[in-house]
Amino acid sequence: MKVLSIKGLEAWYGRTKVLHGLDVHLDEGGFTAVLGANGAGKTTLLRAISGLVTVKGDIEFAGKSLVGVAPEDIVRRGIAHVPVGRGTFLALTVEENLRAGAYLLRNKADIAAAIERAYSYFPRLRERRMQQAGTLSGGEQQMLAISRGIVSRPRLLLLDEPSVGLAPLIVEEIFEIMKQIRTVDGVSILVVEQNATLALKVADHAFVMETGRLVLSGTAAEIANDDGIRRSYLGY
Amino acid sequence: MEALLQQVVAGLATGGIYASIALALVMIYQSTHQINFAQGEMGMFATYIAWALIHWGMPYWPAFFLTVVIAFLGGAFLQRTVLRPLENASHLANIVVFVGLMITFNSLAGLLFTYTIKTFPSPFPNRLIFDGLLSFHQLGAIVVTGTVLLLLFAFFKYTPVGLAIRAGAQNPLSARLVGIRVSHMLALGWGLAAAIGAIAGMMVAPIVFLEPNMMSGILLYGFAGALIGGIDNPWGAVAGGFIIGVLENLLGAYVIGTELKLTATLMIIIAVLLFKPAGLFGQRIVKRV
Ligand SMILES: Nc1ncnc2c1ncn2[C@@H]1O[C@H](COP(=O)(O)OP(=O)(O)OP(=O)(O)O)[C@@H](O)[C@H]1O
Ligand SMILES: [Mg+2]
Repeated sequence: MKVLSIKGLEAWYGRTKVLHGLDVHLDEGGFTAVLGANGAGKTTLLRAISGLVTVKGDIEFAGKSLVGVAPEDIVRRGIAHVPVGRGTFLALTVEENLRAGAYLLRNKADIAAAIERAYSYFPRLRERRMQQAGTLSGGEQQMLAISRGIVSRPRLLLLDEPSVGLAPLIVEEIFEIMKQIRTVDGVSILVVEQNATLALKVADHAFVMETGRLVLSGTAAEIANDDGIRRSYLGY
Repeated sequence: MEALLQQVVAGLATGGIYASIALALVMIYQSTHQINFAQGEMGMFATYIAWALIHWGMPYWPAFFLTVVIAFLGGAFLQRTVLRPLENASHLANIVVFVGLMITFNSLAGLLFTYTIKTFPSPFPNRLIFDGLLSFHQLGAIVVTGTVLLLLFAFFKYTPVGLAIRAGAQNPLSARLVGIRVSHMLALGWGLAAAIGAIAGMMVAPIVFLEPNMMSGILLYGFAGALIGGIDNPWGAVAGGFIIGVLENLLGAYVIGTELKLTATLMIIIAVLLFKPAGLFGQRIVKRV
C-alpha cells in the first residue's frame, strides 16, 4: 500500500520554479532515501509535502490531498518533519523539546508514554533531560530532533540530512535506530541524505533527483550496485 | 538610618511597578522576540477604561478584572489586526508600528478623557503601615505584582500552551512543524502582556495620578529593569525592576538629586550591558555546532 503518492509535483519560491513535475510513491512502512547533488530540490520536496512552499500537482497522503493544507494541519494528519539543521528549541530543556514535539497529543499518559519511548531509543537524552538543548552535542541534538519527530506518533517521518556535521560512528548509530523506529513502530521514513553510501545501506528504496526532476528510482540495492549510476549521479 | 530604610522601602514600592512593566515586556519578548515600546501607553489606556467603569458606578474589583479581560482581548486583537501583517517583516518595520501605537494610544487617551489629571482609587485602605515606612497601597501593589509573576511563571513553565508560546518564539518554523499555531500564540502573548500592562497601570495610577503621560517615565524604568535583569527571564526582569526602583530612589535622595536620576539609571543599564550583555540573570543561549 502507498502511504504517499505524489504526481506531477511542481514547486515555486516566488516566481522561481524549482520542482518540475515529480512523481513519487512511498510504500507504507518503507524506508526511502532521496539522493542528489546540492540544489537538486531535495529539501524543497520535503517542504512541499509539509505545506511550506507553493505547489501545483497532487500530493496524496493516506488517501487525502495535502495540497493547500497548512503545515500545522499537515502534522495533524500524521506527518512529522525534522527540518535541515535540526530545528532544536535551543533555550528549552531536552524534555521541553520533546513535550513541544508531543504538542498534539492531548492525553497526559500518551505524552509520557511517547516521551518514554523516545528515551528508550536514545537513553542519552534521558540522562540529559533537564539540560538546555543548546548545550547538547551535535549528535545528541540530532537524536533530540528525531525524537521530537517521533513523539507526535507520525505515520510518516520526513528527515532532512540527519547526518550533517556528525562523526561517522554517530551517524551509523542514528541510522540504526531509525531502522528500528521503522520496524518497531511501523513509521514510514523518507530521508534526504548526502551520505549516499550509508543511506543506501539502510534504506529499502531510493530515488535520485537532479535540478528539480526525478532521474532515477529503484530499490536501494539496485541503485547501490549499479556502477554507472553511482559514478554519474552519486559521485563516488 | 530610619530615613535610609524609608528610601529603600519606597524604592521597592515603585520598583514593584517597574517590575510589572518589565514583566510585560519580557512576556511580549518571550512570545515574539520583540520589545513593545507601546507597552506603557497600552497600560495607561487600560487604566482609563478602569477609571471609566468605576466612574460609571462599578465597584473596584469587578472593574479591575473586567479591565484585565478587556486589555487581554484588546492586546490579542491588536496583534491579529495591526501586527499580524508584519509577522514576516523586519524588526525595524515592527518598531515603527510600536512607536505608532504608542503615539496613537497617547493621543486617543487625551482625546477621549482629556489631559486633565484624574485621581484613581486604590483598592487598599488609605493608611501607612510598618511605622509609616510604607503605604498599604504600596504593599498591595507589591503583592499583586508578585501574584501575577507567580501565575505567569507557572503558566509558562507548566502548561502546554505556555510551552507552545515559548517554542513558537524561539523557532517558529520548528514550532509550526510540531503543530503549534504560532500566529495564535503571538496573539495570546500580546493579550497577556496587555493584561499585565493594565494591572501595572491600575497599580501605578493611585500613586502618580492618571493622565495620558503617566507611563512614559515608568516605561523607561521598566525597560531598564528588563534589560538589567535579562530580557528573556521573568524573574530577572522583576528583580531588575526592584533594583532600579531602589537605586533610583537612593541615588535621587543621596547622590545626584532628582534631576539626574534618569541619566544615572541609563548609565547603570549601559554598564550592565557592557559587562553582562544578557543581563544580570539572563540566560545565555549556548549553541554548539
Ligand atoms: N527560499 C528560497 N528562495 C528561493 N530559492 C530557493 C529557496 N530555497 C531554495 N531555493 C532554490 O531551490 C533549488 C532547490 O533547493 P533545495 O534546497 O531544495 O536543494 P537541496 O537538494 O535540498 O540542496 P542541498 O543538498 O544543498 O540541501 C535551489 O536552486 C535553490 O537555490
Ligand atoms: Mg537541502
